[in-house]
Amino acid sequence: MATGTVASGDRIASRSPLSRLPDRLLRWVLTGLAAAILLLIAFFFIRLATESEPVFSKYGVIDFVFSDEWVPSQELYGALPLLVGTIITSVIALAIGVPVAVASALYITELAPQRLKQPLTILVELLAAVPSVVYGLWGVFVLIPKLRPAEQWFSDTFAFLPFVGGDVAGPNSFIAGLILAIMILPIVSAISREVMATVPVEQKEAALALGATRWEMIRMAVLPYSRAGISGAAMLGLGRAIGETIAATLVIGNAAVIGDSIFSQGYTLAAVIANEFGEAASDPTHRAALIAAGLVLFVLTLIVNALARYFVLRSERATARRVPKGMAG
Amino acid sequence: MIAPVAARRRRTDQVMRAVLLGGTLVALVPLVFVVYYLFKQGIGAISWDFFTTDPTGRFLGPPGGVKSAIVGTIMIVGLAALIAIPLGIGVALYLVEYGKQNVFSNVVRYFVDVMTGVPSIVFGLFIYIVLVLTGIGGNFAGWKGSIALALLMLPVVTRSAEVVLGLVPNSLREAALALGAPRWKVVFRIVLPTALPGLITGSMLAVARGAGETAPLLFTAFAVNATTWNLGEQMNSLPIQIFNDVRQPQANIVERAWGSALTLVAMILILTLIARLIQRRSRFA
Repeated sequence: MATGTVASGDRIASRSPLSRLPDRLLRWVLTGLAAAILLLIAFFFIRLATESEPVFSKYGVIDFVFSDEWVPSQELYGALPLLVGTIITSVIALAIGVPVAVASALYITELAPQRLKQPLTILVELLAAVPSVVYGLWGVFVLIPKLRPAEQWFSDTFAFLPFVGGDVAGPNSFIAGLILAIMILPIVSAISREVMATVPVEQKEAALALGATRWEMIRMAVLPYSRAGISGAAMLGLGRAIGETIAATLVIGNAAVIGDSIFSQGYTLAAVIANEFGEAASDPTHRAALIAAGLVLFVLTLIVNALARYFVLRSERATARRVPKGMAG
Repeated sequence: MIAPVAARRRRTDQVMRAVLLGGTLVALVPLVFVVYYLFKQGIGAISWDFFTTDPTGRFLGPPGGVKSAIVGTIMIVGLAALIAIPLGIGVALYLVEYGKQNVFSNVVRYFVDVMTGVPSIVFGLFIYIVLVLTGIGGNFAGWKGSIALALLMLPVVTRSAEVVLGLVPNSLREAALALGAPRWKVVFRIVLPTALPGLITGSMLAVARGAGETAPLLFTAFAVNATTWNLGEQMNSLPIQIFNDVRQPQANIVERAWGSALTLVAMILILTLIARLIQRRSRFA
């Protein structure tokens, strides 16, 4: 848009500086908005760190994270039971949620009849429309009472397995993990479907043309291609599971102990914040400890999400490398 | 004559197809059960009084309705949408129109992704530290809840808007520029109107997500029983009402929780449905 000359030598009409003002304004406003995001996140991190500083300086970072007694009434703040609870519930969520999500994604993209694809996709996505607190409500009044006999039977029958056996508590880590599994299912399924959709049609048709059955085609063409993307989807699901608060706090029992089995009560980093904040408002140390728990949670999700991004990007790059432009179907 | 597939391979194929179908059905089981119980337990609570009275807050006697919670949810989420949608679309506009591939925009893109991954309760904590502890504009207030929700919705709006804006054909932009239109006119008269249906869909889905969030409101908007239209005061909301009612022993309060849950899910579903309908009518998938 700069002033210049055309080949014939005629001058192109130039804009007056005044009329270009809105252009610059828009550019600077939008750039400012984008920069504000970065500032916001930096501010975010700094504020969480300074507010939790009293606890870290009193107990030390290592002691806060790795000592195993969380008893606010005695001013004992060790986050290990919370960390362990977070990890146990998230692992259960992944173990149940990811296989189901991948199976549904494979079925929808590769096997379902054409007219069923859209409705099935919408139904799976509806799972994401149910709010966390509603899953919690459902967990408390339906899942916990209805599943208890089955859990007790499982606990008695498979007592030889590690982390299984003993009495089943009403609210427990397994129930929390199960609810988290339901909550991460839609996102893991959606990203897996996206990744599977990028598998080149040629590869699939080649496998079928060589006489492969549908399953063999999935195993030889679809799965190897989308493995990295599915790992990324699972990591994103993990990030969600770690941070999920309200449903977990309603069904996990909120006991800051490291239980003997997955059917004991537990606590998670997110749940402790939601549950104890009311009482902590008047106790600065307790409040700082909860904010510190929030900081640990924040850092944990940052790491997990960075890993997820790495996997998804690698999968996208791999697809771009192997498929010449214009052939990607 | 095509050689028949070996029986063993055919069996494996059939078994695996059944497994994948089974997985899909298992994925839908919780949806069926949640919806079933929402109706079974919640429909009894729904009545005229349910929508027109406030929670009484008394330990005994009738628990009252959830009018204040519905008003609160609409007000808090409405303000959050007013904050998050323009800002979110603005950031997306920058990324698409001005910063396609430079380092700065890739950093911004990365941090928008980071924001999507931040747990909602951490946003609540942040707003608590920055706005509640410092006592700006009083203690707990509805608008503080709105800001916490807006932080949550912003990355969702930006990511969906970036996709939709990127779908606007470059030939449209180039045609307008060639006709002598300045950049800002291209943005406001060509790019935004073309992408409008997609922008609306993305924004509404973000709002639907925000409406169901409980954790960011716990220590920002807090909760009161009385209806208020003033965002400067403490406000009730449906998710918080449910969260508090679940932990009460009285059967009629638990019933109110189910009724509120049914109301909340219905509101979110209606939003989602409208968003999807708009999406279907637009030219972009």
